[in-house]
Amino acid sequence: MNTIKRCLQNKKFVFSLIILLPMIFIALFGSSIAPHDPLEMHTTNTLAAASVQFPMGTDEYGRCIFSRLLYGIRPSLTVSLVGTLGAFLIGSFCGLVAGYIGGKAGNAIMRTVETILCFPAILLAMMVVCLFGAGVRNLTIVVVILYIPHFARIANSSTIKVKKMEYVENDISVGQTTPKILIGTIFRNIFSPLIIQISLTISSAILLESGLSFLGLGVQPPEPSWGQMIGDAKAYLSVNMMYMLWPALFLCLTILAVNLMGDALRDIFDPKLQDSF
Amino acid sequence: MKNFILRRIGTAIVMLFAVMTIVFILVHMMPGDPVLQMLGTDTNPDPVAVESLRSQLGLDKPILQQYGSWIFGALQGNMGQSYSEKISVMASIGTRLPRTLELAFVAMILACIIGLPLGVLSAQKRGKISDLIMTTGASLGTSIPVYVLGYLFIIVFSLDIFHFGFAMPSSGYTDISKNAGAHFLRLILPALTLALGIAASIMRMTRSSVLEALSSESVRALRAKGLKEHIVISRHVVRNAFIPVITEIGLQMGNLIGGTVLCENVFNWPGLSTLLVKSINARDYPLIEGCVLVMSAIFILTNALVDILYGLLDPRVR
Repeated sequence: MNTIKRCLQNKKFVFSLIILLPMIFIALFGSSIAPHDPLEMHTTNTLAAASVQFPMGTDEYGRCIFSRLLYGIRPSLTVSLVGTLGAFLIGSFCGLVAGYIGGKAGNAIMRTVETILCFPAILLAMMVVCLFGAGVRNLTIVVVILYIPHFARIANSSTIKVKKMEYVENDISVGQTTPKILIGTIFRNIFSPLIIQISLTISSAILLESGLSFLGLGVQPPEPSWGQMIGDAKAYLSVNMMYMLWPALFLCLTILAVNLMGDALRDIFDPKLQDSF
Repeated sequence: MKNFILRRIGTAIVMLFAVMTIVFILVHMMPGDPVLQMLGTDTNPDPVAVESLRSQLGLDKPILQQYGSWIFGALQGNMGQSYSEKISVMASIGTRLPRTLELAFVAMILACIIGLPLGVLSAQKRGKISDLIMTTGASLGTSIPVYVLGYLFIIVFSLDIFHFGFAMPSSGYTDISKNAGAHFLRLILPALTLALGIAASIMRMTRSSVLEALSSESVRALRAKGLKEHIVISRHVVRNAFIPVITEIGLQMGNLIGGTVLCENVFNWPGLSTLLVKSINARDYPLIEGCVLVMSAIFILTNALVDILYGLLDPRVR
């Protein structure tokens, strides 16, 4: 309860909520608000400016940009939220177990997981997409793979610190089972650094998904995605600039809100860093 | 110190091997037959031609043998022949790599020139309006994807929507030996695009570490003995605050490489990243292997260098 109060007192947190809540609403109910089918082509009305019929104009095939925008948030949010959740669960588990058992076995788990960090993220993502094909499901898998080591590292170092604490020793001495100690005691105490990492990962994942879709290696047409819309719009920059600017604006606002949420969570859960922004 | 450096170089070599192995495995798992791709026919290929090309490329050998000869060749700088460009992979990368390195290098210098002083200034002006403007700008800077920023620059400076009276070239590349002026003119927008996001991160890190240094006991003592503020900042605070900033710059190397992939695409800069995208679309295995390997090697080496530099500056890290 106290945490929620602290969150709501934080300006950055509230500001990011003001942006993110409508975005989540759009993702859930965009299909009911959208005035047109995002794939429907109005061939007599291509690259049109904003009008009552098309609030943000139309693209090169005469499809309603506003409707495509409303639908286009889904792949970004699906990839980033599901991908982050997967990376969080697997990464934290690996880090937790490696930290708890320690020694050579723990080290081996961590070094294996960290192999992924040898690659710049986008390069590995491009190769995996090239191998398994593009699309939301594969992009989500890419995000999970890429961000496992980040969660594993944090969970690992925190577990190593926490397992020496008296309350863990107490659990061991009263004969608690290992899974109970891991989840019930240690995991609860290393949760705050992981929460901060969750928001960082969501923003990186949105950037990655939109970047790959921009390059044509992400969400495949005709399904809309913001990154892909920006990529498509580049050829028509001098004809209809707003075609690019609308998805760009929505994308930037979402990333800004998630980043601010991360900053806010860091302030709330890690008071030592306060005002380090 | 010597041990630390040797250990770090050792780790880098192990990482390179891991990358080579993963790249090899991934590339060989890719769908599509490269031989058919090279012959340019999927419908009715001449089986004799297919077999002869397969054996010419060494693709008929056992996979372990292919792996061995690939690693051995790569270590000698021989990564085979590009299927689509019909020249050696090294030659193809050789022409493109300097362009990407130039772009990344200029962007990094620009990012430091912009990010470091603004970070120090914003820490000095903490809590004032100018600090708020700078920190908001930095938050925006880290939230705008490279390619969106690139197109914003193109809209403002190349399409000249605000009627500045000039139009910057928005795409392409001119060789420096042909026309140095045009070369640098075409470098400005992509380099600036790449630099701003990184500058914002550097600024945030500089600000927080300068703030930390400013609140230390030693700074209070220096002020108490009557030292002028600018000397306190330039001689003492900045020096102490610099170590985490160097790590941040190192960490940004990964973003820089990722950034070039998108930035080169926006500005049609014919570097390594555009070559990689092209080779992925053409399923040109040796070229994909080469590009990913070279870019990852640069990534690993810069990270190792930054770690070593960090160790030199801060003995606790060793």
